[in-house]
Amino acid sequence: MPSIPGSEAYSSDKEKSMAELLKVENLKTQFHTEGGVVKAVDGISYHIDEREIIGLVGESGCGKSVSQLSVMQLISTPGEIVGGEVIFEGQDLLKYKTHGPEMRSVRGAKIAMIFQEPMTSLNPVLTINQQLTEMLELHLGMSKKVARERAIELLGMVGIPSAHNRIDDYPHQFSGGMRQRVMIAMALSCSPKILIADEPTTALDVTTQAQLLELMKDMVERFKASLVIVTHNLGVVARYAQRIYIMYAGRIVEEGTIKDIFGKPRHPYTIGLLKCIPRLDEEEGRKLVPIEGLPPNLINMPPTCAFLPRCSYKVERCFQEPWPPLKRLHDRHYISCYANTEEKTGEPTER
Amino acid sequence: MNPLKDEAILDVRDLKMYFPVTRGLLRRKVADVKAVDGVTFKIRRGETLGLVGESGCGKTTIGRCVLRLYQPTSGSIFFEGEELSSLSESKMRRIRCNMALIFQDPYSSLDPRQSAGSIVGEPLKVHNWVGSQSEYNDRVEQLFRLVGLDSSMTDRFPHEFSGGQRQRIGVARALACEPSLIVCDEPISALDVSIQAQIINLLEELQAGIKGLTYLFIAHDLSVVKHISDRVAVMYLGHIVEITKSRTLYENPLHPYTKSLLSAVPIADPFVEEKRERIILKGEVPTPLNPPSGCSFHPRCFMATPECSQAVPPLRDVGAGHQVACIRV
Amino acid sequence: MVEKHTSDIGFSEAPVRASEWRRFRRVFFERKLVTFGLVVLVLMVIAAAFAPLLTPYDPYELGDAGESLLQPGGEHLLGTDLLGRDTLSRLIYGARTALMVGFISVFISGFIGVPLGIIAGYFGGVINMVIMRAMDAIMCFPMLLLALLLAAVLREYDVISGIWVVIIALSIAIIPGYARVTHGVTLSIKENEYIMAQRAMGSSNMRVMFRHILPNAFPPLIVLVTMQLGALILAEAGLSFLGIGIDPPGAAWGAMVWDGYRYLANNTALWLSPGIAIALVVFAFNMVGDGLRDALDPRLRGLL
Repeated sequence: MPSIPGSEAYSSDKEKSMAELLKVENLKTQFHTEGGVVKAVDGISYHIDEREIIGLVGESGCGKSVSQLSVMQLISTPGEIVGGEVIFEGQDLLKYKTHGPEMRSVRGAKIAMIFQEPMTSLNPVLTINQQLTEMLELHLGMSKKVARERAIELLGMVGIPSAHNRIDDYPHQFSGGMRQRVMIAMALSCSPKILIADEPTTALDVTTQAQLLELMKDMVERFKASLVIVTHNLGVVARYAQRIYIMYAGRIVEEGTIKDIFGKPRHPYTIGLLKCIPRLDEEEGRKLVPIEGLPPNLINMPPTCAFLPRCSYKVERCFQEPWPPLKRLHDRHYISCYANTEEKTGEPTER
Repeated sequence: MNPLKDEAILDVRDLKMYFPVTRGLLRRKVADVKAVDGVTFKIRRGETLGLVGESGCGKTTIGRCVLRLYQPTSGSIFFEGEELSSLSESKMRRIRCNMALIFQDPYSSLDPRQSAGSIVGEPLKVHNWVGSQSEYNDRVEQLFRLVGLDSSMTDRFPHEFSGGQRQRIGVARALACEPSLIVCDEPISALDVSIQAQIINLLEELQAGIKGLTYLFIAHDLSVVKHISDRVAVMYLGHIVEITKSRTLYENPLHPYTKSLLSAVPIADPFVEEKRERIILKGEVPTPLNPPSGCSFHPRCFMATPECSQAVPPLRDVGAGHQVACIRV
Repeated sequence: MVEKHTSDIGFSEAPVRASEWRRFRRVFFERKLVTFGLVVLVLMVIAAAFAPLLTPYDPYELGDAGESLLQPGGEHLLGTDLLGRDTLSRLIYGARTALMVGFISVFISGFIGVPLGIIAGYFGGVINMVIMRAMDAIMCFPMLLLALLLAAVLREYDVISGIWVVIIALSIAIIPGYARVTHGVTLSIKENEYIMAQRAMGSSNMRVMFRHILPNAFPPLIVLVTMQLGALILAEAGLSFLGIGIDPPGAAWGAMVWDGYRYLANNTALWLSPGIAIALVVFAFNMVGDGLRDALDPRLRGLL
């Protein structure tokens, strides 16, 4: 069953002057561990426009998930949000108390999240009905009966066959992909403005992954919501997102539209990532160019750029000055780098 | 280019591996999980055969049957001309010197209480591969250098290494007794994106450097499998549905499952993605406990006809070594 | 650490050598009672080891007339018993008996129970069934009752006598504890891929079981040993209170309580001091065992 590619999404992205929905400014989250302070998120700024799909890409431990949990204020000890602003509908969410009523009216209702692990993110002892209607009754004040109707409708929408028969089932009676569909239905139940999908398909098979991503894309279009895809998979964002943020060691190192990032990547890390992943359509005999070294340990980070030890573009300035701020290249393309990566794009120098 | 290229190092014929499902105190058998249900393939010396499929398709089971960690239900496995499934356990132990396994999880595959050096040297001891302690030390250090680890790290313990380094230790251990076949079971899927390429390149360089080193490369990531393999076998529910050269796989996939699998893998390039056709499959992989009749893919297939549910389609050659199991092609 | 490696690009910022030992110490000494327990145990071991040097009197030497049943204070710090023997000295020698019974029993039963547990867990099937059902059968009897029974039989046929009766009886009684814990741990260790890796490289079963499973089973076993030492000392006291165990004039805490029991009202020190010693030592072993469990159990790692 071939379906239509989402090409209209990016072609129209210039014309629609979209309003900013969420703006994160200089967000910092730290974890206090025995070894020292882990700066998991170290001053990131990003924004999401209305009805936009953005991708947050990085390797494990780069702070992409922590940044999203921080926006939702779901950070618990030993973690702590130490600074920044999260502006949503004119209000700074970080000013709200973590468990206060204001935050609760946002969390789950206006900003909803889908987690990676479909096996553990549903409560095994409650039926799907109990878990789905809870949100509807709580946030939208629906009666039990109305909530149940709505829950069945939602399940049908996310592609659960004969939803009215399955709504009283327990999570273990669903397969992994089906559970993730239930999670999507739950996340959408209060018609959120923003849906955050944290590695939503990593634990699933490729064909199921494709089904779910397609579903999520359709759903956010239908609900007129924005979608944040948090992933390490560059292919997924290339297919679904309109804009991308590349994260490394707790910071955003490059941002831009997908055409900017994949067409003219400018940060050495982004360039490296694109060279080190195998592609289905690559020519035979293509050599992968791995990024040498390891992602940094986030404890006791040097003030200089964290990518410096692995970078093949480094210049003198990188060793002397602190981590470079994001600078604008053109339009919506920003990088955080001192080196001139433009000419060399295509063939990074050998060490 | 390699004179040995045409010799089959591994020849698997009609391999079946059923796991019984038992119930009750008396362990009465109630059903079989047909993890691998009649699989036939060959690997030539020095080549890499990729085995790709979704979870539960039986690819890991095949790898373990080849090393006879599982006793196959039926079928035969010839390794360097010797039939493995009827060998005694002690003879099998000797053969295991020539084949090795690399695991997915670099955390659980190394004994946390052994030093890195003794993990790598373990096969040498098991097979009395070295004569003296100094020979042993030399070999361990040599193996460390071979996989790009500092030989001063031999006395460190696994938890002191990063995931990528741990996987290198796993590779070094596999190489210890100079095996001719290495079964790589999802060797990179637990690693970070930027580290994956390091391990892929390491495996490729080792193969280029060690004459006759053969890989059975098992993974679910089609782009990785295609990159590293000479030929790729696509599996679905215990059957191989298509085997072909990895180049042909992307350019000319024949089996509808292969097509949908390929289309489900996004390419990190929006310019290519814009033009790609997307096949979104219906439903999910059925349980191998009760697979559909006939071609097990037919309930999800966009090309299925009523005949598809009649009989299991055999794997047939459609030219140039391209084999496919579908009656509609 | 991190800076030192940055020159070496391939391995820059490798994980800092984790300080397992430091974490262990921090968790272990976090609770005051655990530290207290450790101090008690160290003192007890020292007392037992250097008993002849520490005791003011010979614990077996009978007192002169008039030295019987002295109250605490004066020359005899904790008074004397009916036969005029110094209570403090007998208390210190009693520590020797208690520790000897405890450690030897733990060693013997561990030597039998741990391999049984590994074998049962590793092979499974019929072997598992036979071994574990046999263990269940032993466990059906209360430990003290089983020891009493064994002691009676062993003594009846004059196989061994005295303290060894208690040691053998208690050893047999606690074998199932080892077998069960080892069995459970083996089952979970067996699932790790490094065990599969060993089999894939052609290791023999013996090698897998005793070179790879056993060392990984040590942490829970150490906790078990510590906890059981307390239970064993309690059981030994119970048995010697009932008159089984060390032959007179040897000193055992349980027997001392029994001796003092007859003078419940007028000579408190006589029964109270061994009683307190038993309680203190059992408590100390349990506390140290608790501390070890918290510090060694990987499931609690990260939470602490």
